[in-house]
Amino acid sequence: MAHAILDGNEAVASVAYRTNEVVAIYPITPASPMGEHADAWAAKGLPNVLGTIPEVVEMQSEGGAAGAVHGALQTGALTTTFTASQGLLLMVPNLYKIAGELTPFCLHVAARTIATHALSIFGDHSDVMAARQTGMAMLCSGSVQEAHDFALIGQAATLASRIPFLHFFDGFRTSHEIARIERLEDETLRAMLDDDAIAAHRARALTPDQPSVRGTAQNPDVFFQAREAINPYYLACPGHVTAAMDRFAELTGRRYRPFDYFGAPDAERVIVMMGSGTETAREVVEAAPADDRIGVIAVRLYRPFDVDAFVAALPETAQRVAVLDRTKEPGAPGEPLYLDVSATLRRAGRDVDVIGGRYGLSSKEFGPEHVRAVFDELAAASPRHDFTVGIVDDVTHRSLAVPEIAADEGAATGAIFWGLGSDGTVGASKSTIKIVGEKTALHTQGYFVYDSKKAGAVTVSHLRWSPAPIRSTYLVRRASFVGCHRLELLDQYDVLDAAADGAAFLLDTPHGPEEAFDHLPREVQDEIVAKRLRFFVIDASRLAREAGLSGRINTIMQACFFEIAGVMDVEVAIGEMRSAIEKAYGKRGPAVVRKNLALVDAALEHLHAARVPAEATSTRRRPPPVAAKAPDFVQRVTAMMLAGKGDLLPVSAFPVDGAWPTGTSRWEKRSIAAEIPIWDPAICIQCNHCTIVCPHAAIRAKVFDAEALAGAPADFASARYRAKDFADMQYTLQVAPEDCTGCTLCVKVCPAKDKSNPRHKAIDMAPKREHLDVERSRFDFFLEIPEIERKRIHKLDVKGSQFCQPLFEYSGACSGCGETPYVKLLTQLFGDRAVIANATGCSSIYGGNLPTTPYAKNADGRGPAWSNSLFEDNAELGLGFRLGLDEHTSRARGLVSTLRDAIGAELADGLLAPHAEDEATIDAQRERVTALRAALAGLDRAEARALEAVADYLVEKSLWIVGGDGWAYDIGYGGLDHVLALGRNVNVLVLDTEVYSNTGGQQSKATPLGATAKFAAAGKPVAKKDLGLEALSYGHVYVASVAMGADMKQTVKAFREAEAYPGASLIIAYSPCIAHGYDLAHSLDQSTRAVSSGVWPLYRFDPRRAAAGELPLVLDSKEPSTSVEEYMRFEARFRVVEQVDRARFKSFCEEAQRNATRRRALYERLSEIHALGAPREAE
Amino acid sequence: MGSGMDLSTTYMGIRLEHPVMPGAGPMADDLDLVKRLEDAGAPAIVMRSLFEEQLEEEQLAAHQAFDARSPTAEASSFLPVPHELALGPEEYLEQLARIVRTVDVPVFASLNGTAPGAWLEYGFLMQQAGAAGIELNVHQLSTDPDETAERLEHRIAYMTSALAQSVSIPVAVKLSPFFTSLPHFARRLDEAGAKGLVLFNRFYQPDIDVEALDVEPSLHLSHPSELLLRLRWLAILTGRFGGSLAASGGVHDAIGALKAVMCGARVTQVVSAVLRGGPTKITELRDGLARWLEDHEYESLAQAHGSMTLEKCPDPSAFERGNYIRIIGSWGR
Repeated sequence: MAHAILDGNEAVASVAYRTNEVVAIYPITPASPMGEHADAWAAKGLPNVLGTIPEVVEMQSEGGAAGAVHGALQTGALTTTFTASQGLLLMVPNLYKIAGELTPFCLHVAARTIATHALSIFGDHSDVMAARQTGMAMLCSGSVQEAHDFALIGQAATLASRIPFLHFFDGFRTSHEIARIERLEDETLRAMLDDDAIAAHRARALTPDQPSVRGTAQNPDVFFQAREAINPYYLACPGHVTAAMDRFAELTGRRYRPFDYFGAPDAERVIVMMGSGTETAREVVEAAPADDRIGVIAVRLYRPFDVDAFVAALPETAQRVAVLDRTKEPGAPGEPLYLDVSATLRRAGRDVDVIGGRYGLSSKEFGPEHVRAVFDELAAASPRHDFTVGIVDDVTHRSLAVPEIAADEGAATGAIFWGLGSDGTVGASKSTIKIVGEKTALHTQGYFVYDSKKAGAVTVSHLRWSPAPIRSTYLVRRASFVGCHRLELLDQYDVLDAAADGAAFLLDTPHGPEEAFDHLPREVQDEIVAKRLRFFVIDASRLAREAGLSGRINTIMQACFFEIAGVMDVEVAIGEMRSAIEKAYGKRGPAVVRKNLALVDAALEHLHAARVPAEATSTRRRPPPVAAKAPDFVQRVTAMMLAGKGDLLPVSAFPVDGAWPTGTSRWEKRSIAAEIPIWDPAICIQCNHCTIVCPHAAIRAKVFDAEALAGAPADFASARYRAKDFADMQYTLQVAPEDCTGCTLCVKVCPAKDKSNPRHKAIDMAPKREHLDVERSRFDFFLEIPEIERKRIHKLDVKGSQFCQPLFEYSGACSGCGETPYVKLLTQLFGDRAVIANATGCSSIYGGNLPTTPYAKNADGRGPAWSNSLFEDNAELGLGFRLGLDEHTSRARGLVSTLRDAIGAELADGLLAPHAEDEATIDAQRERVTALRAALAGLDRAEARALEAVADYLVEKSLWIVGGDGWAYDIGYGGLDHVLALGRNVNVLVLDTEVYSNTGGQQSKATPLGATAKFAAAGKPVAKKDLGLEALSYGHVYVASVAMGADMKQTVKAFREAEAYPGASLIIAYSPCIAHGYDLAHSLDQSTRAVSSGVWPLYRFDPRRAAAGELPLVLDSKEPSTSVEEYMRFEARFRVVEQVDRARFKSFCEEAQRNATRRRALYERLSEIHALGAPREAE
Repeated sequence: MGSGMDLSTTYMGIRLEHPVMPGAGPMADDLDLVKRLEDAGAPAIVMRSLFEEQLEEEQLAAHQAFDARSPTAEASSFLPVPHELALGPEEYLEQLARIVRTVDVPVFASLNGTAPGAWLEYGFLMQQAGAAGIELNVHQLSTDPDETAERLEHRIAYMTSALAQSVSIPVAVKLSPFFTSLPHFARRLDEAGAKGLVLFNRFYQPDIDVEALDVEPSLHLSHPSELLLRLRWLAILTGRFGGSLAASGGVHDAIGALKAVMCGARVTQVVSAVLRGGPTKITELRDGLARWLEDHEYESLAQAHGSMTLEKCPDPSAFERGNYIRIIGSWGR
């Protein structure tokens, strides 16, 4: 049987694709790759085992996918889908129907945490446990091999039993683990699919040739009986599963049972569990001495729960059972599997003590020590029920004490690679696993841990190889090789923590073998000496840079690994690397292959064993994760998370309801830029263009009185302010050197050039290492300078807006992100009174992903209040905010009226008077509220207390609904449309990247014609939806289309108009994204091309203008002056089509040009129609 | 052809009906235009250059786009990687093959590079695709003070030799006029295997935006005055270079073409005039040439070829330094 090196997602998709005819998909982490594989195979024309090419269709939501699946199944097509977490929840209604109708169907779920107090993309069983009541049979696999196998067993069993199956496996731990597995060939798949069962499925199809009716409505007289009619099928189902497993064993030699028992035949203590944790538990029990008498039951078939089979699997000798659930059901007497096992044993009359506990929520590590802790608890005098393992619960004290176990990889060898997402470390690790797995007899495993940032993300690759099967479903604990692909990581993390004594340590460093050791922080030196590590160095970054592959050091480090690690013959390994490069990069062109091959050769020439003295030499210690002046919570909690030690934080450290402090990103100094902008005050024209385009609020402008310079560092730079609005004041432009990501947009947009040397601008990029100390002290002082009072900024235009403090700073967004400048602008204009509902997606991840969050507070303690609910419900969430806010305001106003005499008529009338929302009146209203509070303090009346509670709502709150195009155009469109239709005073900001950016570039209805995206590999054949036109058709919605890179003035104007408009407003913002396939340093020019080609028209539609007798639609962009093709040629997402099929590209260009021309003509006509605007009476 | 005049010429061993051929430019990108050029009497077609640097940049850009710059736990990539990609010279070679299939006249391919490299292998692929010959366009500006003229010339000669050895079709080298001793360098290229020299390259001439303080790349179509530089060097090199010479740049009318031929050009390449006047400009120049020769009772074009070279013209010093002096002097009269 052939081996394959696959991850769990591909292993499952490979079977699901080959055994089905229709695949309806929707992206969601960590299941997205399954759909992507299916789409890619269909695009390539790969047939299934029935000889057809499956139809793959992307839907607008998981609810949509489930509906399409239901329909396809009803027509007799073999149909599948993939999902996880919230996606599964959206499928639940259809799952009931599909099960109730006895429809063969196998759904594959990469099990992921359901969002509760927080979202988590990682793995546990809370999603599948929320589907256990639907009637779906549930089959659980615990490894990549099992996931591959169970995908087939599930398909066979569903056809045989007619009960639909939900096959699940652990998100990330299994879905993203790469392992060497035995691949199921087509013949095996074909042999497992019963032709008669397929024929029967087809015979039940909904067809007018043999009509039937389904989906009837039944009444009390019959529903109950009809529901019970299904029972025989559930009773027979476990038998079908067992039969399928037996048949599978005949064909493959791999035997599974509904409940598999591992361990001592005479075990007294037994763990029962599901999923990847069973592999670790099995590893522990199989390594235990016989007199330990311990065992584990791996639950494969969870629903229907076969009572007899379970009892048969449990050794007669078992006296105590611990059931481990990877989910939490608050308030229940136990978690679901525990309750099932308890009921089963009771019914079987087995006198066994059963306890239950939770482990592994959100991919929390579950290692041998945790298994041991559970067995230890079972051995205790009175084992505790409702325990947790893997955390420290110092609040309700449910966590088990975890024994110290010496880290031991057993027969396996482990290696750990620390790198950046951008340097290709993960790709190289995957390639290594593939080479070792394919060219040796060794079993291999790879697992990859990412941090939560998008720019400069740190990745840690955990690799194992072993002559024996690998069951360690936890991180490498004892590494014989540690690679560090970025020198700076040594200052942030304990990179060598898992290094075994005598392990090899390979470092990418500019320092040579003689001096490299001396440049390490003391802690690292101590570890190298104490563990007698073999230290190797290479200047991989320089080699890659010189080869024109700047930053891509993967190939170099991989070659060095093979040279040092001794996992296989070096020459063979290097030969395989070369072949892999030729194979992987061959179609990308000879230059790519040549340069990568050259790096392989260069790697071995430049690898050196470094000098390691007998003892540490450095006096430099690893800097603390956060500054000493950080607040207490940041010191206690955030700092631990930043140091990679969040696992050690106890329960008591956390907020109980998911409400976290804002403004913590300022304490996380990631220092990821190699170059930062340096200001020359002599040239600067103080336009503030640089600050408005900065995605990370890392370059800022202030105007201030000269007195504020007292105590400034000697080299602090400032200039006399050049305009009249702040005459006689000083101006400073300052970079945040450790927060800048080096995207260069500020320098690109800077219009101020040195007249004698135009290459020198008012800001130039310069090596950070040469400027860090100076700029750090300048920035510290800059932060001390008071912000100018908002009411003193009379003109909130491009320049003026940038004197408002950004209350969104240093997010984890990609370097050069096209979304965040809009979010930042929003917070500058309205942040001190903004409430933001944020749809799930990139903006919720860079907006709210721990350890630190970017929404911040001003000196008064005010700032955006931000919340993310779900992906699909964001408009409704925001509307709910509006309703609540309005209720509070209304109540407050009523109470002011009631207390008018008590608080004073003048104050009351002032509070209730309508006022324009400029900064001066907002400030005046805040002062009135302060006066009101003072007045209320002296009043002994219930109304006074009630008014105190809502007095702040007398200052108008700015309500924003923010999300991406996946939300606005697809999954949340129904809700968005409804909220816009209601016309309440909400402001919607759509950050339109024209693709599902966060999950890896799947097409949305915003994806333009001709662009390739996941699920549209050949280029999207239909045009982008005109969301603005749809909203505009209501007449009462303010609509603006903006592109900051092309016209920042229009953008600022649109934001202000939208906010001031007293009804629903929609801003659609052109947002360059790495998914467009070009270096975002050029995004300003490309934004200009988008507008000048007519692809992205700029306009503002304001119903108020109609009311004033003016034309409501204003076209802000000029007649197109460049071709659409010129715009398209700049982005790889369009160019890829040309590189595959030039005729198709040409046709796309022509059609896109026609669309742009037609759209321009349409908008020009609309801009001439007075009647287009229909402000509602209430406004 | 309306005339009985024999305009035929031999360029790098290939017989052509007449010497007025479209030069390397965007015309050959469009198959319809190519056909119209042939219908208008073009005796050969030259494709635009396949740019080594552009190909390489394209490949590296695609490579970076496919390998996500910022992969995360949720997204390991952002673009689907197609199963087939044409990031090499495929597009160029396919167009070359299409033109070869479409027309009956010889088709010359053109290759642009600055340094020896694997791209020279593209020459062989061009030959396979049906090219009758290859123009090696080696124009580059030397901005490195450490690079001597000798090293630069050596590099071009080396590339010429490498390309010439890898193909059996003739190779012409298209040069810029900026060589200290062009006759010597021409001989060196002759020895390296060049069968033709194309005089001279025209190139992007950056302009200055004084408002934005920016350099703006621009390409201006040629002007008839540019022919004079070509005439001088054609006249000088004829007889000193063993292969065929081609005039490129400044030929806008039949008299211009005639002058180039008289100075030794085997062919005159016309681009700007065709871009301005369309394919029939070729007909106009060809017929004008024939008419002039008939009017002046020439037997054939061959009779006029090379009649005004340095070796044969009545006053060779006119092509040398004296020319400059005389013109300056004439202004004073």
